[in-house]
Amino acid sequence: MKILIKNGKVIDPAQKIFKQMDILVDNGKIEKVEKNISARSVEIIDAEGKLVTPGFIDMHTHLREPGDENKETVESGLRAAIKGGFTTVCAMPNTKPACDNAQQARYLFERAREIGTASVLPIGAMTKDRKGKEMSEMGDLKDAGVLAVSDDGDSVQDALLMRRVLEYASMLDLLAISHCEDKSLSEGGVMNEGKWSTVLGLLPIPGASESIIVDRDIRLSEIAGARIHIAHVSTRESVEIIRRAKKKGIHVTCEATPHHMTLTDESLGSYDTNLKVNPPLRSDDDVAAIKKGLKDGTIDVIATDHAPHLISEKEKEFDYAPFGMIGLETALALAAEALVEGGHLDWPGLIEKLTSNPAGILKISSGTLAPGSVADITVIDPEKEWVYEENKIVSLSRNSPFKMRKMKAMVTDVIAGGKIVLRDGELVEK
Amino acid sequence: MNRQKKKSTNGFRWERKHLLGIAELSTEELALLLDQAENFREVMDRPIPKVPALRGKTIVNLFCEPSTRTRTSFELAAKRLSADTLSIATSSSSFIKGESLKDTARNIEAMQIDMLIIRHSTPGAPKFLSECIKASVVNAGDGSHEHPTQALLDVFTIRRKLKKIVGLNVSIVGDIAHSRVAKSNIFALKKLGAEVTVCGPKTMMPSGIESLGVKVTYDLKEALKGADAVNVLRIQAERQNQTFFPGIREYARMFGITKEKLNKYAKKEILLLHPGPINRGVELSQDAADGEFSVILDQVTNGVAVRMAVLFLLSGIK
Ligand SMILES: [Zn+2]
Ligand SMILES: [Zn+2]
Repeated sequence: MKILIKNGKVIDPAQKIFKQMDILVDNGKIEKVEKNISARSVEIIDAEGKLVTPGFIDMHTHLREPGDENKETVESGLRAAIKGGFTTVCAMPNTKPACDNAQQARYLFERAREIGTASVLPIGAMTKDRKGKEMSEMGDLKDAGVLAVSDDGDSVQDALLMRRVLEYASMLDLLAISHCEDKSLSEGGVMNEGKWSTVLGLLPIPGASESIIVDRDIRLSEIAGARIHIAHVSTRESVEIIRRAKKKGIHVTCEATPHHMTLTDESLGSYDTNLKVNPPLRSDDDVAAIKKGLKDGTIDVIATDHAPHLISEKEKEFDYAPFGMIGLETALALAAEALVEGGHLDWPGLIEKLTSNPAGILKISSGTLAPGSVADITVIDPEKEWVYEENKIVSLSRNSPFKMRKMKAMVTDVIAGGKIVLRDGELVEK
Repeated sequence: MNRQKKKSTNGFRWERKHLLGIAELSTEELALLLDQAENFREVMDRPIPKVPALRGKTIVNLFCEPSTRTRTSFELAAKRLSADTLSIATSSSSFIKGESLKDTARNIEAMQIDMLIIRHSTPGAPKFLSECIKASVVNAGDGSHEHPTQALLDVFTIRRKLKKIVGLNVSIVGDIAHSRVAKSNIFALKKLGAEVTVCGPKTMMPSGIESLGVKVTYDLKEALKGADAVNVLRIQAERQNQTFFPGIREYARMFGITKEKLNKYAKKEILLLHPGPINRGVELSQDAADGEFSVILDQVTNGVAVRMAVLFLLSGIK
């Protein structure tokens, strides 16, 4: 099938393109990107007034399969991804059982192929069963096609083991993704430490529990010569440590989530358990530092940390509810509000953090609209206003604090692997 | 008693359905609560200390954390208002047995109750309940968040003795970080115009406490100097396995209040409050607890009047 996207403003950060052009897709590939393409017997997408970008890549998604299929499955997660403009998602390995072996990684690749829409890149566990005790079989994971390892949800507490993991991963050219948390400081905590934890009487998680491990893991990756990517950066101190390390030439990259650039710990006054996330929502000052880090390039990537949980688990006392919120369907609008409306980034600057930057870090060929590339394309209406309504959520879970929030900027069409999978804001079912 | 009574002298009318914390109350609401408590305090000195105000209303005490003192005080307050009361006092594990707090509350509500008084170990539990049931919810202490009726009775006791709150210097001594009593007292006292100093080991001082407008000191002398009242917090035995301070002996020496220290550093007419139960010889010595400064027993009596006022005012808006 040939598809022609007409009259859109094309943003391809990898090629530094930001201008009005047409895109012709043929046989799953991008055929050409030029002005005024005309072609016969093609499906036409009119992108007048819209932005046409590479399909987004989420470096941080929890798909919950296997083990918690009532919260999310590969299939439902990919539907949510497409709704949000993502054509590739990295599946974090904290499933039940954990994805610490080649067989499970192959299963995820297989499921995504069967579904035949967006791509899944399984992230392997760094340690066996994510226990932080012994290295996982990273060689096997690599052979299965895994590109990165992480114990996300937990942080390897033993510095020596972390050093070994980084050395071993770098031998295999695997990216190490670190969820940074010193558990001895954060244990029992449910929200950011500061004025609001004091007012609300909720047990605090100090910012230092994150930045201490950010610092540790950057130093260890320097010794190991590894590529390290810091997951969900949430504090000013972490941003500053990463900025210094980059200046020094250390191979470190990092991501921030839309919720950490949108909400602060003050909002927890509602005791809404959908606001309970790890790392926790931080202070105004931290949010300002995240935005500055995104602006000056210290923060490379916007990733969702999409973490589905059942309403029945979240409808509990704050202390007993699980950490996490869903984010695939709201990522673009929230990031655009915080960064483009907020004057920190222009559209190409924002799109870069959703496409070419994650592609570069993961060393994958997607994330660009260069002719010959796989046709993963997202079309955005930047002016479209919409409301995030609960009954329109595609994810199996509903744990979002953004329900009923007014949004601006909407993903209207998505092409994944040359197929139209979202058309005028509606999923195209098989 | 009719609705007219629920208006304060300046015509302010009570509208609130739940009492979840002091932080959200206005100064007018606080003043009205204290005035109402004063009315009930007078009732308590009558030969028959009972009014028919809440006849026909059903009030449930749901205590998911042990506390005989607060529960009894609420029970008595409800009885003196002629309400029907039921107390469910047991640890969360044995009563709830896997049932969620929401289901428990809904089951209780299905018995057609008017008010639910809740004590729970997790902050925000009363707010959570107020969002899922129709009855009025009264917070009788939620984790380290708030204990509004305790603060009201503390402030009420000080006001009765010293005839005002504005301009007073009140010190709170002890484990500030884990104390809902400290928090609610700070909010109430600041709203009513008092100066508040908090004192305790630095390890028990929560971050950002200064932003609540209090003075922080780690020196008990400082906290006692010039104070009109000192509220001494109970040191929780169960926290001692965590290293917040080296031991009871050193705590008592540095932060424990004795008659000797009061005589040496404090004003002659200082009031000594304690939410109870007291660890004698730790945060408070025997001679201080039972001495002439102590208003600890007044607090217990006043607690009933304050809780009557809370139940009475909240019942008005159905
Ligand atoms: Zn994480
Ligand atoms: Zn995560």
